[in-house]
Amino acid sequence: MRYALLVQGAPYSSQASHSALRFAAALLARGNRLECVFFYHDGVYNAARLAAPPQDEPHLVDAWVRLNEEHGTQLQVCIAAALRRGLLDEREASRHGKSGHSVEPPFELTGLGQLIDLGLGVDRLVTFAP
Amino acid sequence: MQAETVLDGDVLVILRHPPHGSSWLREGLDAALVAAAFGQAVSLLFQGDGVLALLQGQGPGPLGQKGTSATLDMLAMYDIESLFLDATSLARLGLSTDSLQLPVSPLEPPSIAALIAGHRLVLTF
Repeated sequence: MRYALLVQGAPYSSQASHSALRFAAALLARGNRLECVFFYHDGVYNAARLAAPPQDEPHLVDAWVRLNEEHGTQLQVCIAAALRRGLLDEREASRHGKSGHSVEPPFELTGLGQLIDLGLGVDRLVTFAP
Repeated sequence: MQAETVLDGDVLVILRHPPHGSSWLREGLDAALVAAAFGQAVSLLFQGDGVLALLQGQGPGPLGQKGTSATLDMLAMYDIESLFLDATSLARLGLSTDSLQLPVSPLEPPSIAALIAGHRLVLTF
């Protein structure tokens, strides 16, 4: 089956990201495909490239990146939700005159329309919210 | 006799948060507007504290957040006219449909189940 996840909880603030990652591992282990993880609401903080959690905690941002590297899962971030929360890739940072960027590939800033397309295109869209 | 309520559509957005105090409601409505702009038949279900979004006379006020009242007024422009609320939630808050800013159809639990089953995509905020 083709899955996508919608993550709406900030990393470390809520269980949402932890549960979403465990769900992702379980569905992949059963031979399903995870097309995309879409980050919306406070979930956009999962794309913060500067996240530096203590070493005895799971590195959630790196875990998403591994999902992309090992399974080709796209990591899409709602651009409107991201910009107002200070999550900008290089292009947006330069467009807004900021001296640094906080989002980098494989995370991509994209529009909410992608979420609708995704939800209608996959067999299952599963939401993880706080 | 009332016309039979249509419970089918492409995208159902369920709004369960009150209009002030967080951006849940606004970001949920944004998803609904985008889906409608992409040509999908969108329905909204106000449930739990989400029904408070429908109360008349709300402004953005001094809270610094934009509020959602103006967005609700724009729904018709986006052809989002399938508006439902959870009758149980409304009753629990001691409210009636008379105090709402939009015409919204109250649904009992079995119809809510049918509404969810009747949509290809359900987004919950």
